[in-house]
Amino acid sequence: MDVTTLTLTQLREALRRKEISSVEVTQAMLDRIVAADNEIQSYLTISDELALAQAAEADRRRAQGDDSPLLGVPVAIKDIICTKGIPTTAGSKILENFIPPYDAFVVEKLKDAGAVILGKTNTDEFAMGSSTENSAYVVTRNPWDKSRVPGGSSGGSAAAVAAHLAYAALGTDTGGSVRQPASFCGVVGLRPTYGRISRWGVIAFASSLDQVGTFGRTVADCTALFQVVAGYDRRDSTSLNVPVPDYEAALTGDIKGLRVGVPKEYFIEGIEPEVETAVRAAIAKLEELGAEIHEISLPHTRYALPAYYLIAPAEASANLGRYDGIRYGPRVPGKDMIDTVKQTRALFGPEVRRRIMLGTYALSAGYYDQYYGRALKVRTLIKNDFKTAFEKVDVIAAPVSPTTAFKIGERVNDPLSMYLADILTLPVNLSASCGLSVPCGFDSNGLPIGLQLIGDTLAEATILNVAYAYEQATSE
Amino acid sequence: MTQYEAVIGLEIHAELMTRSKMFCGCRVVDSVEAPPNTAVCPVCLGMPGMLPVINRQAVEYAMRVALALNCTIQHHNIFARKNYFYPDLPKAYQISQYELPLGVNGWLDIELDSGETKRIGIRRVHMEEDTGKLTHLEDGGSLVDYNRSGVPLLEIVSEPDIRSGEEARAYAMKVRQILRYLGVNSGDMEKGVFRVEPNISVRPAGSQILGTRTELKNLNSFRSLAEGTAYEIARQIAVLRDGGQVVQETRGWHEGRRETFTQRVKEEAEDYRYFPEPDLPPLEIDNAWIERVRAELPELPDAKIARYRAEYGLTEYDARVLAEERAVAEWFETAVSIGSDPKTIANWIINDLFRLMNEHKQSITEIRISPHNLVELIQLVSNQTINNNTAKEVLAEMFTTGQPAQTIVQSRGLAQISDETTLRNLINQILVNHPEEVIAYRNGKQQLRGWFVGQVMKATRGQANPALVNKLLTQLLNTPSDNTNT
Ligand SMILES: [Zn+2]
Repeated sequence: MDVTTLTLTQLREALRRKEISSVEVTQAMLDRIVAADNEIQSYLTISDELALAQAAEADRRRAQGDDSPLLGVPVAIKDIICTKGIPTTAGSKILENFIPPYDAFVVEKLKDAGAVILGKTNTDEFAMGSSTENSAYVVTRNPWDKSRVPGGSSGGSAAAVAAHLAYAALGTDTGGSVRQPASFCGVVGLRPTYGRISRWGVIAFASSLDQVGTFGRTVADCTALFQVVAGYDRRDSTSLNVPVPDYEAALTGDIKGLRVGVPKEYFIEGIEPEVETAVRAAIAKLEELGAEIHEISLPHTRYALPAYYLIAPAEASANLGRYDGIRYGPRVPGKDMIDTVKQTRALFGPEVRRRIMLGTYALSAGYYDQYYGRALKVRTLIKNDFKTAFEKVDVIAAPVSPTTAFKIGERVNDPLSMYLADILTLPVNLSASCGLSVPCGFDSNGLPIGLQLIGDTLAEATILNVAYAYEQATSE
Repeated sequence: MTQYEAVIGLEIHAELMTRSKMFCGCRVVDSVEAPPNTAVCPVCLGMPGMLPVINRQAVEYAMRVALALNCTIQHHNIFARKNYFYPDLPKAYQISQYELPLGVNGWLDIELDSGETKRIGIRRVHMEEDTGKLTHLEDGGSLVDYNRSGVPLLEIVSEPDIRSGEEARAYAMKVRQILRYLGVNSGDMEKGVFRVEPNISVRPAGSQILGTRTELKNLNSFRSLAEGTAYEIARQIAVLRDGGQVVQETRGWHEGRRETFTQRVKEEAEDYRYFPEPDLPPLEIDNAWIERVRAELPELPDAKIARYRAEYGLTEYDARVLAEERAVAEWFETAVSIGSDPKTIANWIINDLFRLMNEHKQSITEIRISPHNLVELIQLVSNQTINNNTAKEVLAEMFTTGQPAQTIVQSRGLAQISDETTLRNLINQILVNHPEEVIAYRNGKQQLRGWFVGQVMKATRGQANPALVNKLLTQLLNTPSDNTNT
């Protein structure tokens, strides 16, 4: 049996039945990473020794009767999430060789659940990007077509899961950074409600928009990982102190009578016809499964992009001020203290610098009301759009991205076209809703297309179940 | 010649003596004494992915201050990021309150040298976090200590109601006194836990238009505050009289030369790019919380002074001295509650105990004498076991040994001789031994009376009951027949 082809859920059963040990599975995965990841470049760090030690520990726990939810399951973590003892770079030279002395909340949760950490996956620098090309280290390739991007910013995690280089992976989604690469790589990616998962130990890009998300090859796999990392944490004052439901049990596949809204603003000019066709076919499938389809309107959708590109850079400009080489990270010596800081900060890549400048400008005196202040008002309008919509429907169905995976290098010098890649995902981040991407077919180039399902605040169980129903009905 | 008046507002920064820092679990330590970077954690070092959590004790301390300064507490509190770069600020932003501060529209009455009271408005009281400390080395290098980074800091901003250096001093001292009463700040200016920065401008007397202001820094004593402010007022007036213009700038106070000097010229207002801190949801403070904190406030100095005068009949001066420090006031009140005349207790504290504390450089919380000990001593005087002078000696010994008065009086045999027969015999003996003085006295040399008292005291090593000695001397000196009896 080639264990690397198993889904997480299948592997979990095999481990439970003791048909295979975690050490064997972990070794098989590490071997596969060595063999295949040269081409994909999904990992920045492979923590092989640590992974094998964790696997051995998991097998010991198993022998003692432990059956923790992810006991012995090898997973990958986006390199913007802090891991104690494992380098965490945020895809930036400014954190090269930075080894955090602490684990992020989600990593603590993974360890409690017995998961094995294979390594850290590639990301756009500080998660700023939609192709993972902004990583200061490597360019990750789309496993479906290696001349194309995996999407971003969590492109490393999406590619690793798609290429069977991890059973599941953690990403972060600030404007679409889980859903868009999931769509490009043909895997399932969930972006939960803001506050559902503690951000403790997640390197901040835009604090009011950042949220950890999960990738799996199937809806059940994505849900299994989400089940473990969801939760409140008093160290993150914005995390929601509400109980974590049994998401896995909610995957019934029954969506009869469910009201599905289709927002007309999401089928915009510029959307690839093949994408629209696939998404409309998926929506028809949901109807076939017993759902009611309603056309709805989210009238302020077109203001989401400009609002997002004021709010996110503004917060980023403050969040990234701390990287000065004084307390951690590399230091580039200059002629005096201030010059040293300036030289060190020159380690930021061009996209990060662009956004720091954008954000600094948006917050500056005299411009605040015109830019940041107005963007906050738009954010309220977008929140209200969703609030109104969810009075009429239970989920919203739409495309994830207007296009399928684009060519490496195609958009890297055109920031605006790159920003448009997130145009259909970032309204979720600006609102209090949750969203996911589930594969819904391929274009004529054989590239995956994603169906986006958006749910109301904390309605993760609902959207996961709709995705599950669709997945079950469309896979033989 | 145009007369000018000064317009001064004070910004006071006070660290709060909470157990832990404003947004993390680190201890708040003495940042002068503690070894550098020993009270730090990933949060207050601004490490990647770390998040702030509001310290409720700090909020309560801040509420105490805002209430004591007669502010209105706002229910909806927002923290903001104040962005600026300096190596002692680990996140490159300070979490502070901007648009919605904790307390607004307060006031404080200060006493002027003339004896009048003046009300100074308090514009706002808000919470923030302190920065680390940077030390520049001679070789051009710099050292940074983050122990102070993230320590809860209160900013208290007055209205521009202050008109002189003396008023500035009186106001700042009063604020410090209240903070110490509230137990939230030690008031140590040298250690920088209480920092005062005046904004000073001058204008023609009677004008309503504000002049260009300067901000004064490096004031590490109240004396420097008063002198520096006065200096700056005089300097600005001189500039204007010379036909010049005051430059908007930050000026430092030079301790040695006792003058102000330009530190930094502000070409334009600094742009801190404030925006709401996304890592902290709004802090809601309900009436129940406010009322609980209000109910727990201690009696404040002005109220104490009024009560000491009305209830105990103390003079304003004595009341003020006793109420100056909360610990002294509480010591005094404990003594009164044990039961003795408040005025007598006040006298003993102000005249004798304070002298001993000064000599030994001890504060009221360090001394070995308890209020109970003092009351016992006072009782030994009132029941005539010892006289006042002996009592002062006993107090000194109590101060150094910590023994109760009774023990000292007994072990040193200091109890007064109040037995009439014993004293009568003793006095008769003295009169017999000094016939010339007796004759001289009886012939009108009245001043010898004191000499006789001295002889009695000498013979009794000071233990004779003075009142009784007086009475007996009157009898015996004025009755020659008694004299001849012996
Ligand atoms: Zn700390």
